[in-house]
Amino acid sequence: MATEAKMIREANQIATFFHSKHHDEGVAGIAEHLNKFWAPRQRRQFFDMIDAGGEGFDELVIEASATVWRPEPVAS
Amino acid sequence: MKNPMSLIREIDYGTPASTSETLVTLNVDGFEVTVPEGTSIMRASMEAGIEIPKLCATDMVEAFGSCRLCLVEIDGRNGTPSSCTTPVTPGMVVHTQTEKLKKIRRGVMELYISDHPLDCLTCAANGDCELQTQAGVVGLRSVRYNVDANHFTPKVRGESNFRYMEKDESNPYFTYDPSKCIACSRCVRACEEVQGTFALTIEGRGFESRVSAGAHESFIDSDCVSCGACVQACPTATLMEKSVVEIGIPEHSVVTTCAYCGVGCSFKAEMRGDELIRMVPFKDGKANRGHSCVKGRFAYGYASHPDRITKPMVRDSIDQPWREVSWDDAYAFVADRFASIQKTHGIDSIGGITSSRCTNEETYLVQKLVRQGFGNNNVDTCARVCHSPTGYGLGQAYGTSAGTQDFDSVEHTDVIVLIGANPTEAHPVFSSRMKKRLRAGAKLIILDPRQIALVRTPHIEAQFHLPLQPGTNVAVITAMAHVIVTEALYDEQFIRERCDWDEFEEYMEFVTDLRHSPEVVEGLSGVPSETIRGAARLYATGGNGAIYYGLGVTEHSQGSTTVMAIANLAMLTGNIGRPGVGVNPLRGQNNVQGACDMGSFPHELPGYRHISGEDVRNIFEEEWGVTLVKEPGLRIPNMLDAAVEGTFKGIYIEGEDILQSDPDTHHVAAGLAAMECVVVHDLFLNETANYAHVFLPGSTFLEKDGTFTNAERRINRVRKVMAPKNGFADWEVTMGIANAMGLNWTYTHPSEIMDEVARTTPSFAGVSYDHLDEVGSVQWPCNEKAPLGTPIMHIEGFVRGKGRFINTEYVATDERSGPRFPLLLTTGRILSQYNVGAQTRRTANVIWHEEDVLEIHPHDAEQRGINHGDLVSLASRAGETSLRADVTERVAPGVVYTTFHHPDTQVNVITTDFSDWATNCPEYKVTAVQVALATGRSNWQEEYNEQAEQSRRIEHNGELIHGD
Repeated sequence: MATEAKMIREANQIATFFHSKHHDEGVAGIAEHLNKFWAPRQRRQFFDMIDAGGEGFDELVIEASATVWRPEPVAS
Repeated sequence: MKNPMSLIREIDYGTPASTSETLVTLNVDGFEVTVPEGTSIMRASMEAGIEIPKLCATDMVEAFGSCRLCLVEIDGRNGTPSSCTTPVTPGMVVHTQTEKLKKIRRGVMELYISDHPLDCLTCAANGDCELQTQAGVVGLRSVRYNVDANHFTPKVRGESNFRYMEKDESNPYFTYDPSKCIACSRCVRACEEVQGTFALTIEGRGFESRVSAGAHESFIDSDCVSCGACVQACPTATLMEKSVVEIGIPEHSVVTTCAYCGVGCSFKAEMRGDELIRMVPFKDGKANRGHSCVKGRFAYGYASHPDRITKPMVRDSIDQPWREVSWDDAYAFVADRFASIQKTHGIDSIGGITSSRCTNEETYLVQKLVRQGFGNNNVDTCARVCHSPTGYGLGQAYGTSAGTQDFDSVEHTDVIVLIGANPTEAHPVFSSRMKKRLRAGAKLIILDPRQIALVRTPHIEAQFHLPLQPGTNVAVITAMAHVIVTEALYDEQFIRERCDWDEFEEYMEFVTDLRHSPEVVEGLSGVPSETIRGAARLYATGGNGAIYYGLGVTEHSQGSTTVMAIANLAMLTGNIGRPGVGVNPLRGQNNVQGACDMGSFPHELPGYRHISGEDVRNIFEEEWGVTLVKEPGLRIPNMLDAAVEGTFKGIYIEGEDILQSDPDTHHVAAGLAAMECVVVHDLFLNETANYAHVFLPGSTFLEKDGTFTNAERRINRVRKVMAPKNGFADWEVTMGIANAMGLNWTYTHPSEIMDEVARTTPSFAGVSYDHLDEVGSVQWPCNEKAPLGTPIMHIEGFVRGKGRFINTEYVATDERSGPRFPLLLTTGRILSQYNVGAQTRRTANVIWHEEDVLEIHPHDAEQRGINHGDLVSLASRAGETSLRADVTERVAPGVVYTTFHHPDTQVNVITTDFSDWATNCPEYKVTAVQVALATGRSNWQEEYNEQAEQSRRIEHNGELIHGD
């Protein structure tokens, strides 16, 4: 599956779980989850998509993206 | 234990220990001895240091009282009662050696010997025969009886002897020689009481009594599961390991830990020189209590299999044959390649995978190599594909990923709930302990799409079997919680004391909603609502309730949610924090617990501490002299994705075969093929090695020192009994790479690595090899507060403080059946094989499972014109393979099932990249598939074999040979 579709699916899967929490707790939960478990490479791809409009992402993911850490620009 | 130069002889007390706390004092031959009430005279006497002659008694089974050798005299009582069946009483005065007793014993022994072939010098049990010993003990000097009526001569006076039976050599690992049987029933009782299989019986009566496997079948055709308990129990050469027959009896032994499943059985490796004669379960092993299964007891032959690669090999690209090189050249090749990849593609372009089959020390070193040497956190382990949701789910609810109990706890359980686990196949020794408890009256609830053996097996029947549709775990478990809450069966006092009450109230509101009721869930799961209700009521009200679960819980899109749902159930009912209860993940591989403990995940350092914590990083930065990256690294599937995208180029894989074990083989293969330097460190040229540029030969558990941590968090010693065939233990090989990269590691023994773990990781602070040698084993946390370890977690309160109820909304997996793929495939394991089969396929265990087969319900088979044994194609949207059909009602209509032990079936060609939302643990347990009659093997299988054939060529002394 293409990277983008997979990223949307996985982010939305996480959001689905956090939908069963109170709204604010859910948003914070998603951000914490991505910060804790997604490597900078994934978050970089994630922000590329969010910055391009975030089409396909669950609304809770888009809201959470404000508190997801932006990784440093590509290190090499 | 530290002196390896003697054979460890465990004391046989004759009858099992009594657990009574009331003590009784008696007098044996003039000596006072105090023992627990309920102890037999035989055992009490042995504790006083006096061994009463015996044949039919052994302390692994209950007393039987048939041999009449252990008779004693007791002051004030008539006759000569058998000491094995007579319990002690206060003030009792026992005489074990009187003129009367001597005479009786000699007479009894004379009768035994009269029907025994006196071929002691050439007998396999020579030197290890209780009959021989007892004949000596009672002073038998002659046999007066004529032996025409006997069981041991093929002919009597020229006529064939109808009583004589041929030796049964059908089992690959042991022989049954009826001519040497003394009908003591020890094997029959071991099979019943210890193993719980009931495969053996005594046929006939009186002089015609004989041991029989099943209804006079050969062992291999009977129900025997080859656990070895009968062989261990046999006092003569009647049941005997073939290895002893072939080689002779051992002369020294070393206590070590089995390298198969997560039960972590202790064994005595019995040796002659550096040749392993047999593995005998160790009575003091706290996980197995003297029991074993066919894998640990017998299937160690892979260690000396000719397929083992013992020289390092390299090649520039995977279409070339392998080239043997020196170790130093191999290390330099790896270091150079990795350095140049990182120079070109960046620090994050390489990573490593630690092995759940290697020791804690070896695993620790691989993650250290990645973090200290590679300078990133790109390290992961095979727990990613098995129990990562356990770590996440239990961590969220209780504050630690730890399973809550020890295995002994099951002896205090009243209701066992078994979810998505098949212990008789995958955790056989623990299943025997479970079955023993069930036979003693504990109740059983099973949630499993298949009719696993425990649903109905001799002397055990589950009170409730919930045959749910694959993928509906969360719905069914939440429905159980619905029943417990709406029927007010929850333990309010426990919840008020131990859990966050506000969160509980919210959870109550969530779970009482009608959508979680059994009646609604019946429609999703196919489980009748009354069954769900009955199961919930039994778990909540039946006394100590313990949940045991396996990969049928974790390997789903909602794996982590299911773990949380299980955690909720246990908190609701107060089943946490004492013996007999708890949440018990049954872990798959021998050291998967340890691999997780040792910091194998990309987001955490040893001891489950997140990499973002500065204090934790500081500890390791000081120890290792580098600055650590605070960001999480890549997980296995991310590494493969990045490889396909061209940013991840090199990997060091220790003791794992991701090509066979991980989902969506095509994707794994594409990822590996896109890398520039794949380093495989393994015993054999495994499937992953087809894509490798460097092969570093590994060593077996028999060839190194270290520790394994089993499913109950028990840290057990692994002890070296022979030199590594490849020259080096795996920790030394990792150190070789590290030092070629300039890291300057100086370990001289694995104990120094454990000392580093203890220094840096609070839950291991009290662990050292000296301590383990002294106390045998400990369960972490092991520190100042708990120097002997922690058998049961959360006794006073939860690790995180208050236990947390979490709403567990059921979400259907995206993977669902439809017109193209109308069936659901679920996968699992079988007793005789282990994981990808690299070890067990290289033993005689293949006799039980030569190939993976597809279980399919007769209804689905008939619709497709499939008969039992037909070759069928199994296809999903990910791929296609062919295998033989097993038409059976073990699976429900609509569900098919297979195992993943053989690379030529390679079921992971079929599984998809769907995974657990929280941890990316693959959804192995649900794949939509179609099944049809096949004309031959799939294209994939043909191409794969061709590639494997090419890839396994080795250039040896100028010639090309083919490695396997």
